[in-house]
Amino acid sequence: MNLTLKIWRQKNAASPGGFETHEARDVSPDMSFLEMLDMVNERLIAAGQEPFVFDSDCREGICGTCSLVINGVPHGGRKGTTVCQLHMRHFQDGQTITIEPWRARAFPLVKDLIVDRTAFDRIMLAGGFISVNTGNAPEANALPVSKEIADLAMDAAACIGCGACVAVCKNASAMLFVAAKVSHLNYLPQGRAEKDRRVKNMVAQMDQEGFGNCTVTGSCEAVCPKEINLDFIAKMNRDYAVAVVKGELKANSGGGVG
Amino acid sequence: MNFFMKIWHSSLGKKYIMGISGFVLVFFIVTHLMGNLQIFVGPYWINTYGLFLHERHEILWPARIVLLTMVVLHIWSAFKLRAENQAARPVSYAGNPAPFAASYASRTLMMSGIIIAAFAVFHLLHYALGVRAVNLTGINFSTLQDSQGRPDLYLMLLLGFSRWPISVFYIIAIGLLCLHLSHGMRAMFQSVGWKWTFGGVSHLPDKIARWFALIIFILYVSIPVAVMCGYGKAYKERALQHLTANAISGKESAR
Ligand code: HEM
Ligand code: FES
Repeated sequence: MNLTLKIWRQKNAASPGGFETHEARDVSPDMSFLEMLDMVNERLIAAGQEPFVFDSDCREGICGTCSLVINGVPHGGRKGTTVCQLHMRHFQDGQTITIEPWRARAFPLVKDLIVDRTAFDRIMLAGGFISVNTGNAPEANALPVSKEIADLAMDAAACIGCGACVAVCKNASAMLFVAAKVSHLNYLPQGRAEKDRRVKNMVAQMDQEGFGNCTVTGSCEAVCPKEINLDFIAKMNRDYAVAVVKGELKANSGGGVG
Repeated sequence: MNFFMKIWHSSLGKKYIMGISGFVLVFFIVTHLMGNLQIFVGPYWINTYGLFLHERHEILWPARIVLLTMVVLHIWSAFKLRAENQAARPVSYAGNPAPFAASYASRTLMMSGIIIAAFAVFHLLHYALGVRAVNLTGINFSTLQDSQGRPDLYLMLLLGFSRWPISVFYIIAIGLLCLHLSHGMRAMFQSVGWKWTFGGVSHLPDKIARWFALIIFILYVSIPVAVMCGYGKAYKERALQHLTANAISGKESAR
């Protein structure tokens, strides 16, 4: 099949960007979207032109690195699919395809189709972990977890942190990402000890990064390659309210029998 | 104070303010509806109710103050959230595609909200303050009295909805209010973290929101529709004859 591609070209965040139009000839319907772009890039290199830079790593839908907005929809809008798993058979011969990077103030552009998603890393550093000393793995049955809770935590943990939720949201809100990360640990007994602190710190960091707010439009859950749903945002809202209302107890300085 | 500023400055906190103020406004929408529906019981009922409310300043004024505070908080946080949301996406996508998979109601909250606010101002001028210039009947609503000398709310509604442009504006505004609520109530439950399965119904709050909006629409709109279809016609005509008779005798005695 033959396609017309309108691809975003931008040297860096400081210089202005714009679309470049390229013809992609003899595309196999069995190619993935990224393989199709590889082919376009190889032809550009062969012709002495500069290839487009884009992010990818595992190419099997598990790492969350690939990040392209296709015809206005992150990952192309097929249910539960990352762009590395999106195949060209879902497009029509002769179609024009627009390819853009994630667009959000909190994800500054690096080059062409690559954006800087370290804002997510900083949110994780604010509370997306469990404080324990390392050592031998504990006895597996010491902390019972019910099937329902384990399933919920697993659904939340499926988040690969790609940022498509931010990219698709009309408010560029990171609520679904943060909710998945907060819920994953807050559901489990290992994470529950730091539940309040976690949700407060991660939300504070999210706000500081300049993401937008949630209007519950549901765009994020529709585009999420791991099909994480809005229920986790409700859970985060609830956890945050509880944490804020509860406040914090402070131990007497010194303490102990002394 | 520190506690409130913290809530105000956090993204989730503003959504709590949005949701809680929205909830109080929804509560008002329901009580107001129950008051209005008494038109179908008859003039005696609704006029007794109206007089009761007006004489109970200890209910009326706190309610007005709370409602006004909620309206201010709701609108203020709506604009603050909007400003932050727009700042979060400085460069938009090519051709400004409509938000993917987002319902019409969820995309138009600001539009429906602003039109509701404009309607509310008109509505207050029309009925609560009885400004004659906006009711298109030429009659001063604040002077209407029933046979017992009480303010005649029943007649006021019959006259108010006897002009079709007013009824049409009313119906459109109620439609937009219910559009706002069909998504707003869903968002409200979500904002305060209530979204679970109850009694075997999954996402019960989402369903409540949709049904609630539809029922509210039907009940509110039933009043202007009934009046336009001739409900209370005999009462209205009798009262109008009475009004003209009074006006004539008033003029004569003035001469
Ligand atoms: C009787 C009048 C009103 C009622 C009952 C009402 C109710 C609600 C409710 C329940 C919500 C959901 C809150 C949440 O997301 O937690 C909401 C959201 C919203 N309302 Fe209203 N509202 C009213 C008037 C207005 C007005 C006058 C405006 C605008 C000037 C407005 C603008 C908005 C906006 C923009 C949102 C969405 C905020 C966001 O999620 O980003 N509303 N409303
Ligand atoms: S490249 Fe790893 S998910 Fe697409």
